[in-house]
Order: sequence, then C-alpha cells, then structure tokens
Amino acid sequence: MNSALLVNIFRFILLLAVQIIIFNNMNILGYISPFPYILFIILYPVNGNKSGLVIASFILGLIMDMFSNSGGIHATACLVLAYFRPSIFKFAFGLSYEYQTVKLNDVLTPERFSFILLSVVIHHFTLFILEAFQFSLILDILIRSLLSTIFTIIICIIIIYLIKPNKR
Amino acid sequence: MQQIFNFIFKNSNRLLFLLLLGISLSLTIQSHSFHRSKIISSANFLSGGVYEKVNNLNEYLNLKTQNEALALENAKLKSILFNRKDTTAIKKLDSIKGVKRDDIVVSKVIHNSYNVHENYLTLNSGELQGVKPDMGVINSLGIVGIIENTSPNYSTVISILNKKSQINAKIKKSNHFGSLIWNGKSTGFVQLVDVPRLAAIRKGDTIVTGGQSVIFPENINIGTIDKIEKDDQTNYYTITVKLFNDMTNLGHVYIIKRKDRDEIINLEKREKDE
Repeated sequence: MNSALLVNIFRFILLLAVQIIIFNNMNILGYISPFPYILFIILYPVNGNKSGLVIASFILGLIMDMFSNSGGIHATACLVLAYFRPSIFKFAFGLSYEYQTVKLNDVLTPERFSFILLSVVIHHFTLFILEAFQFSLILDILIRSLLSTIFTIIICIIIIYLIKPNKR
Repeated sequence: MQQIFNFIFKNSNRLLFLLLLGISLSLTIQSHSFHRSKIISSANFLSGGVYEKVNNLNEYLNLKTQNEALALENAKLKSILFNRKDTTAIKKLDSIKGVKRDDIVVSKVIHNSYNVHENYLTLNSGELQGVKPDMGVINSLGIVGIIENTSPNYSTVISILNKKSQINAKIKKSNHFGSLIWNGKSTGFVQLVDVPRLAAIRKGDTIVTGGQSVIFPENINIGTIDKIEKDDQTNYYTITVKLFNDMTNLGHVYIIKRKDRDEIINLEKREKDE
C-alpha cells in the first residue's frame, strides 16, 4: 500500500517534469502538442482512493496551468477525466472490472486500448473547448483534439510499454 | 440532521468533484477576461525558476542565430550613427536617465508559447528591474507584446499572438489608425481591423505602432500588408499583416518604460472624473 503511494508520487513528479521540459516544446505542424502527463490519471490504481485521485488530478492540472499560463483549463480537463474514470472503466472492461483487478501496463488488448482512447479523447476535448472558449471555432477545436489525441495516444502507449514495471 | 450527514458521506466524491470543478472553471473564466490579476501564472518563483534553468540549456542551440540577429542590429545602429550630418559632434546623452521619454530594459525570453489561442511569454526580469504591468515589449525587428504580470524576478507577456491582445497600430504612409488583433490561425500573420475605407492602402505597405497608446512609442515596426479584405456591412477594412518578427524564435527583447505614462493616465483619469 505504501509503495503504491510512493510509486504514484514519483510518477506524478516525473510525468509533470517530462511534460513541461520536453512535450510542451513539441509543436508538430505548429499547433499539435501531445499531453502524456495524463498517464498519471490513467495509470492510477483501479481500487485506489477515488477522492485522492480527484484531488491529485486537480493539483496536477493546476501545476500544468501555472506553467502554460492557461488559467484553469488543464485543471478542469484533468478533473473531468478523473471523475469519469470509473465509468470509462465500466464501459471498456465490462461491469465487474473491480474484481478482475485490471492491470493497464500489460499486453495491449482491445479493452485496454479503448480505455486509453476514451480517456484521452475526453481529456483533450474538454481541454480544447475550454481553451478556445467559443463555439464559432468548433471545427478548429475538433481538428486540434483529433490530431493531438492521436499523438498523445501514440506517446502514451510507447511510454507504458517502454517503462514496464518489472513486477512480473 | 443524520440524513444530511449521510448524504454528504455518501456523495463525498461527487461533492468534492463539483467543488474543485467550480474552482477550476472560475479560474478558466477569469483567465479569458482581459486584464484580471492572475493567480496561476508562470511569473512565479517555481515556474519561472524551472523555465530559466531549461532555457539556460536551450540557449546554446540558438547562439548562432541570436548572434547574427545582434550583429545585424549593430550594423543598423552603426549606419545610423555614421550617417549623421556631423559625426564629430555627437550629442551627449545622459545614459542614466535615458533618451528623452523612453527607457529600455534588456531582457531575455525564457519561455515562449505560440501553439494555442492565448499565448504568453515569460521574461527573466521583473519588479526588481523596474518592470511593471502594461509596459511594451519589442525586439530589433518589431513588437512582441505587452507585460501582464510581474513577480520580483520574472514577468509574463501577452504575446501579439493572443486573442486578448489589442494594440493600436497605423499605416506608416497615411497615418490611418486601426486595432491590431489576432484570429488565432497562423503564427506569421495578425489582423488590422477598423481601418476606414477612406484610407489608400496597397499590398506591401508597412504597418507601425500608432501614437495613441501609452504603451508603445510611435513608429515601431510591426509588419507589411499581405491581404486586404473589405467588410461590406461596415465601412472598414480588415487587413492581414505579415509580421516582421518570427514569433516562434525569440531571444533577447527590450522592455519599454515610458516616463510620461503615469502622467498621461492621471490626466485622462481626471478628464473622465470631471
């Protein structure tokens, strides 16, 4: 239990640092940037404390906002993702997901992929809507969310399967 | 009473979510309105410090282009100096008080964003160097933005590539004024709106800052006219301006301190009060 907490704190700091130093400077085609820092929310233990996750994601988003001067958009997007995570789990893995003790960092099955896809889509869509803040730009929002989602998913999957925990 | 507590315990996660959602949404809305004090900004000790460290490493990669830009600017200034009518009697300048009305602080961009709709820069000079909100920021090629927030050692700048930014600008040859805004699409182009139809303009004309604002001095370069559109409903042009500056590659910048700024603002305020 204690080591899980430490792993999460370590992951929190490491993902934030990597996001701010490397991925925030990546601008593919001028306006697509990946946000793999949400891996923290995706990889949070399935049966972990829910309120803990909500608070941690809020702080995670707030720190991102501080570094990118964006008010509260990352905080809101992370919060929404953290809150709807159990529902996404239910959708992707079926109703009894809590008993199966799902492990995300394992072989990529369709269920795991659909879970990551849904989480990233929800986060990015919220993020880009709040960032543009007006509906006249809806096409721009959709294009940005779609392209950024693709890049984030690719990078997330690379990170998950490159840095596989050596428990197994 | 018991039921209220039960309700709170049962829905604690949802209530927590709603509370935090309220906080983050209000922060978002606040950041979208112009000129509000921002709590979450990159001008603080933590993010400013991190960006400065990262920038110290990145700087080495751009040394060559920065050197070339500085050499070019030097050459330009030298040519002005040598082409004076009388090169022997150079006017004495009081370097402490600065030239005439404007004083300049040299600063360095330690963080630059240009891929979202509201872009900000972070500079490595702040209140200790005399930087205050609403000062103009330029570099050798043209304007960069306006200071928004300051901390003792860092400051954030609203880039001209920000949908909130609105800068008074004019057409150099005809003195017609307009507002410079950004439509959020391309980093190389900004839009000049509210230029009356009377103005005789052509593609390639130079756009400079107007003298109406107390932020920028007059006649600082912005860009050239790239495309002219007529708005049929109103009697104004919408002009696409190609920037002289490459906003994606900024190094050293100059912050303009205007000496008579407070005086002008006070005067205008008194005018309004009466």
